[in-house]
Amino acid sequence: MKLYCLSGHPTLPCNVLKFKSTTIMLDCGLDTTSVLNFLPLPLVHSPRLSKLPSWVSKDGTINLEKELKECAGRVFVDSQPEFCLPERELLDLSTVDVILVSNYHCMMALPYITEHTGFTGTVYATEPTLQIGRLLMEELVTFMERVPKAQSATCWKNKEIQRMLPGPLKDAVDVWTWKRSYSMQEVNSALSKVQLVGYSQKVELFGAVQVSPLSSGYSLGSSNWIIQSHHEKVSYVSGSSLLTTHPQPMDQSSLKNSDVLILTGLTQMPTANPDGMLGEFCSNLAMTIRAGGNVLVPCYSSGVIYDLLECLYQFIDNANLGTTPFYFISPVANSSLEFSQIFAEWLCHNKQSKVYLPEPPFPHAELIQTNKLKHYSSIHGDFSSEFRQPCVVFTGHPSLRFGDVVHFMELWGKSSLNTIIFTEPDFSYLDALAPYQPLAMKCVYCPIDTRLNFHQVSKLLKEVQPLHVVCPEQYTQPPQSQAHRSDLMLELHPPPMPYRRCSVLNLPFRRRYERVYILPELANSLVPSEIKPGVSLATVSAVLHSKDNKHTLQRLHAIPNVPKKRKRVPEEPPVLLGPKPLLSGAVPLEAFLATLQKHGITEVKVEETADGHILHLQAEDTLIQLEEDGTHIVCDNNEPLRTTLRDLVLRFLQRL
Amino acid sequence: MIHKLTLQDHATQPHTVRGAGQDVGRSCILVSIGGKNIMLDCGMHMGYNDDRRFPDFSYITQNGRLTEFLDCVIISHFHLDHCGALPFMSEMVGYDGPIYMTHPTKAICPILLEDFRKITVDKKGETNFFTSQMIKDCMKKVVPLNLHQTVQVDDELEIKAYYAGHVLGAAMVHIKVGSESVVYTGDYNMTPDRHLGAAWIDKCRPDLLISESTYATTIRDSKRCRERDFLKKVHESIERGGKVLIPVFALGRAQELCILLETFWERMNLKAPIYFSTGLTEKANHYYKLFITWTNQKIRKTFVQRNMFEFKHIKAFDRSYADNPGPMVVFATPGMLHAGQSLQIFKKWAGNEKNMVIMPGYCVQGTIGHKILNGQRKLEMEGRSTLDVKLQVEYMSFSAHADAKGIMQLIRMAEPRNMLLVHGEAVKMEFLKGKIEQEFSIDCHMPANGETVAVTTNPSVPVDISLNLLKREMALGGPLPDPKKPRTMHGTLIMKENSLKLVSSEQALKELGLNEHQLRFTCRVQLQDPHSDSDTLHRIYTHLKSVLKGYTIQHLPDGTVMVESIVIKVSSCAEDANTKVLLLSWSYQDEDLGSFLSTLLKKGLPSGLC
Repeated sequence: MKLYCLSGHPTLPCNVLKFKSTTIMLDCGLDTTSVLNFLPLPLVHSPRLSKLPSWVSKDGTINLEKELKECAGRVFVDSQPEFCLPERELLDLSTVDVILVSNYHCMMALPYITEHTGFTGTVYATEPTLQIGRLLMEELVTFMERVPKAQSATCWKNKEIQRMLPGPLKDAVDVWTWKRSYSMQEVNSALSKVQLVGYSQKVELFGAVQVSPLSSGYSLGSSNWIIQSHHEKVSYVSGSSLLTTHPQPMDQSSLKNSDVLILTGLTQMPTANPDGMLGEFCSNLAMTIRAGGNVLVPCYSSGVIYDLLECLYQFIDNANLGTTPFYFISPVANSSLEFSQIFAEWLCHNKQSKVYLPEPPFPHAELIQTNKLKHYSSIHGDFSSEFRQPCVVFTGHPSLRFGDVVHFMELWGKSSLNTIIFTEPDFSYLDALAPYQPLAMKCVYCPIDTRLNFHQVSKLLKEVQPLHVVCPEQYTQPPQSQAHRSDLMLELHPPPMPYRRCSVLNLPFRRRYERVYILPELANSLVPSEIKPGVSLATVSAVLHSKDNKHTLQRLHAIPNVPKKRKRVPEEPPVLLGPKPLLSGAVPLEAFLATLQKHGITEVKVEETADGHILHLQAEDTLIQLEEDGTHIVCDNNEPLRTTLRDLVLRFLQRL
Repeated sequence: MIHKLTLQDHATQPHTVRGAGQDVGRSCILVSIGGKNIMLDCGMHMGYNDDRRFPDFSYITQNGRLTEFLDCVIISHFHLDHCGALPFMSEMVGYDGPIYMTHPTKAICPILLEDFRKITVDKKGETNFFTSQMIKDCMKKVVPLNLHQTVQVDDELEIKAYYAGHVLGAAMVHIKVGSESVVYTGDYNMTPDRHLGAAWIDKCRPDLLISESTYATTIRDSKRCRERDFLKKVHESIERGGKVLIPVFALGRAQELCILLETFWERMNLKAPIYFSTGLTEKANHYYKLFITWTNQKIRKTFVQRNMFEFKHIKAFDRSYADNPGPMVVFATPGMLHAGQSLQIFKKWAGNEKNMVIMPGYCVQGTIGHKILNGQRKLEMEGRSTLDVKLQVEYMSFSAHADAKGIMQLIRMAEPRNMLLVHGEAVKMEFLKGKIEQEFSIDCHMPANGETVAVTTNPSVPVDISLNLLKREMALGGPLPDPKKPRTMHGTLIMKENSLKLVSSEQALKELGLNEHQLRFTCRVQLQDPHSDSDTLHRIYTHLKSVLKGYTIQHLPDGTVMVESIVIKVSSCAEDANTKVLLLSWSYQDEDLGSFLSTLLKKGLPSGLC
C-alpha cells in the first residue's frame, strides 16, 4: 500500500492511495496562495495600478517592464493570476480510479485533473459539496473571465531570471507548472463526473474496497472518508471541526480501529480562538460603522459567511445597527444563500428542527426579507444605484487579487475611517494587502478557522487509536514563528509519518486475510471435528472462483471418468484431487499393539530405539517404525496389509 | 391484520400460507429476518370508523410488549395509509424503540396526523383516538434517515433508504442482516412527474422484494396524455360555467396538479379563479421549497431563479366562495371525499350537472369517493338523508404508483430472488404474479392480511482466508481464470468462537500449536529387467511418463526418479542381476498415487520400451 503526496499544502491536500489494486485520489486541493505574487485584477480601470513602476534589477540587466511591477518595495507579476496545481509527474494520473472529495474547498483543482490527465474514473462527493463547489468554481471563472488580461507573463519564470528576482518571487517553486484558471466548460465537464453520496453510504469499488464518507463537521456536506476492505481500514481525515457551527456534527466513532489514519486539514490558526475572533469581528464592525466608516469583509461565498451573518443577525439590533445596509456581492451570492437553505439533512440538529416547522434553517432569510441584507451579482448594475454608505460589504476573493473586493480596496483604501476585516485564514493578510500599500484604511485580522486544533486532534487520536498516523510534515514541528510552542505540533507514539509534496510513502500495512464466501452446498458438506475445547477444524477442498474481486468456494465435484475408446493401460492413474490432509498427534505403542492384536496380527517384536520403537511384524515380514512425530511403514508386496496398517495408524491421528 | 414474513435459513419446509383477503386499505408488514423483527409501515384504513381502522397488534402483544419484540419500525412515506396508526402503535399500544423515516416524512407526517385527528375527534366527536400530545411524543422516537445512508440499527441489522418518487420524501428501504436482505418499496413511482423524480435502486439482489401493487394490471398511457385529458376536462367545464372540485391530500399530488394548472392558466390566459382549501397550502408549499433536493431534477436546477412552488394563479379558499356564482376550480382536502372540506363542497355542488368532480387518486372501499367512482348516483348520508349525484364524475389516475410495467422495471433493477406483492387487489395481483414468475422465474407470493409467508434463503458463509493461501491458489490458476480448469484449493477451516478462518494446513498446525505427524510408506517391488540399473531406471522413467500424463516426473542425476514427491530407486538383486528391486517411498499426502504406482510397477515394464 502506497501513498503518493501531490500537494504540500496541509489544508489543500491531494494524495493518491494505492490500496488493493485500486488507485484512489483523496481530495484535489488547489493551492491559490500563488496568486499573491500577481497584481490585482481591477474591475474598472485603476489609475494607481496602471501607473505602478516596472521593476528593474539593481544592475539593470533584467528589465521585464511588461511583466513585473513594483509596489511599496514588492515585486508583482502583471498577468492573469495563476494557481499552483497538484503535482502531475509523480504518477500517471490516468490510472486514478476514483477521486474522493471531502469538502468544497478541497476540490478546486478538479477540472485540471479530470480534464487534462486522461482521467476516466468517478468522483465521489456529497450533494452540498458538489453544489457549493460548483458555485465556488463558477465564481472563480467569472472573476477571471470578466476582466480578461491580454498578456500572459512567462519570461519571469525563466530559471535564470527567477533566480535574480527579489523574494518571495525568487523562492516560488514549480512556477512553470502554474496554470491560469479553467473555463466554465471544463468545470461542467469535470463536475459531470461526480457521483453523489450520502454520509455513511457504503460505496463498493470494484468489489475490492469499500469507501464511505462520514460527517466531518467543518462545512455543509463536508466529509472524512473511510477506505476499507474486510480486514484493513484506512481513515482519511480532512478539514474537520468539533465546534458547533451550522454543519452536522463530526462523526468520530466511525474512525475507530483504523490501521492507518491520514490526517490533513488542521486549523491554520492554532492560536486564534474562533469564538474570540467572532467577538472581535463584531466589535470592530460596530466601531467602524458608528464612526461613519465602511467595513469590507473579504470572504468566500459559502462557509463561514453563513455563521458571520447569523452572528450579525443576533448582534445588529443590540448594537443599534438595524439601519446599516449589509451587502453580499458575488456572482453566486444569491445561489449560495438559497442553496444554504435547502440542505436540511446536512445541518446541525438545531437547524434541522427549524425545517420541520417549516422555517428556513438560516436566519439570513429573514435578513433578506427585512431588506437588511442585500445581495448583488457584482458592483455593476443595481448595486451602483442602490448602494448607501456607511455599509458593510462581504465580497471575494479573500486573496484581494481578483473579484469585486479589488474595487472596494481601491475605493475605500485611502480613508482611515474604513476598516477591512480579514476572517478567512487562507492568506497572510500582510501579503494580501501588499499591492495596495500605502493604505490608510484600518486592518483588522480576525481569522476564523473552525478546523481541529492540536489539542482537539490529540484527544481525538487518543479516542480512535489508529495504529499509524500519516500527516503533512508541517504538523510534526511547531510553526516557524513559534518555534518554542511544542504544543502546536503532533506528538504521537509511534511518531506520525510525515509527508511533503512529491513524497511516496510505503504505508506500514500487512494484509493477512481476505474475505471468501463458502457456498451453501460446500458448507453443508464440511465435517468439523473438535480439536480443543471451543476450537474445531474442518478440511476444505474446494474450487475457487474469483470474479469482480469476490472469491467464492464451491464444492469440488469429482470429474467423471470419461470412458476412453482405446485403453493403453488397464488402470487409469488417480485423478489429482490434491493432497491428503496433514496429520497431527502421536501413535501410542501399547494401544497400537492392542489394535494390531485385534486385527489378528499377534507376532510383533518390539525393539526400542533412540526416538521410539520399531515393530517387526514377523509373520508378515513388515516393519513399522513408531516415533513421536512420524510413523514409517515398510511393507512389500502386500497391498491389503499395507492399507490395513495405514488405517489403523490413522485412527490415532488427527487430520487437518 | 399484519403480514408476517419470515426469512429462514436453510429451511426445507414449504412456505406456510394461511387465510386470504388482500386490499389496498393500509400497510403494516412484519418482517423477521436473521432473528430481527422489523415493522414496515404502520398505516390506518381510511374506509373504517371503528377498531378495524388500525392494525391488530394483539398478534404480537400476546407474547409481551412491542418494544421487546420489534427491533425497529420503518415508515416509507407520509400517507396516512402508511403512517396513520403510528401514534396509536407507539403511544397507546406502547413502543419505545426507534422509528425510522426520511426528513421530509418526519416533517410532514405529524401535520397530517394532527389534521386527521382533528377531523376524527373534533368534528366527529370520536373518543379512543390518539391525542396531539401523543403525536408529539411519537415523533420524538423518530430517527431521520438520509438517502443511501447505511444506518446501523444494531451490530447486525442495517437499513438503507432509496428514492421512491411517489410523494415528497417517499423512500424504499433495503434491510440487511448478515448476508440476508429484504427490500420494501412502500409506494413508488418509476416515471418522473412534474415535481418528483423516478424511483431508483441499485442491483442489491435482495432475498425478497416486497412491492406494492396498487396498479398491478394497469399499463398506464403516457403521462402527457393523461395531463392533456385532465386539462381538457377542466377547461371544458370552466367554459360552460361549471365548477370543478378536485379532492386531494394537501401534500403530494396537489402540488403536481397545481404546477400543471398554473402553467396552463398562464399559457391560455384564463381568468377563472383557482382555489386551494385549508390553511395548509402555504405551509405545504414551504415544505416543498425547503426539501427541494427531493424533487425532480428540473425543479432542483432552476429553483434559485424560479421556485416552482410559488403560485401566481392559485389563491387560498374560503368556505363562502363555494356559493359564488361562475366557474371556479377548487382543490380541497381530503382526497377520498370521506370527511372535511372536500366533502362539504361536494355536497353543495353535487346537484348541478354543469359541475364536475375529478378524482385524481385511488379511493378505498367505503369512502364516498369510491362509491361515486363505482357509478353510485344516490348516496346515503349521515342522518338518513340521501344525496343525488348529478355532477360529472371523472377519474384521472394521477396518483403516483408504479404500474405493472414499473413493477417489472424495479424487479429488473434490484434482481430479487423472491418477490412478494402487497397493497393491491387479489385478482390484479394474481395476474401480475403470473407475469413475474414467467419473466423472471422467481417465486412470487401474495399473502392475505394476517397471513405468514416464509421465504427460504440460502446464504453463503463468509470466511477469512489467509492471503498466503489465496495467493498460492490464485497463482496456480494463472493470472486469468480458465473456466475449463477449475482452481482447486485445499486448506483447513479453523472455527474458534465466532471467527471462521481458512488457512493452509501447515499454518493451521502452527497456529494451534500442534505437531505434524509424518506417515510414510516404503515398498519394495521386484522386477525382471535384464538391463543395467541405470537403464532400468530410465525405462521406468519413460514408462511412467507415458502413463501418468499431467504429473511431474523427474529423472534426477543422483539415480532416482521422482513422481511428484514419490521417490523410486533401483538396485540389482544380489543373487540375480536381472532381478531388480525397486524401492518406492511416499508420504501419506501422496497415498493415492503411491498405492497406484506400487501396483502398476508390480506388473512389470512393457516390452518395447527403449
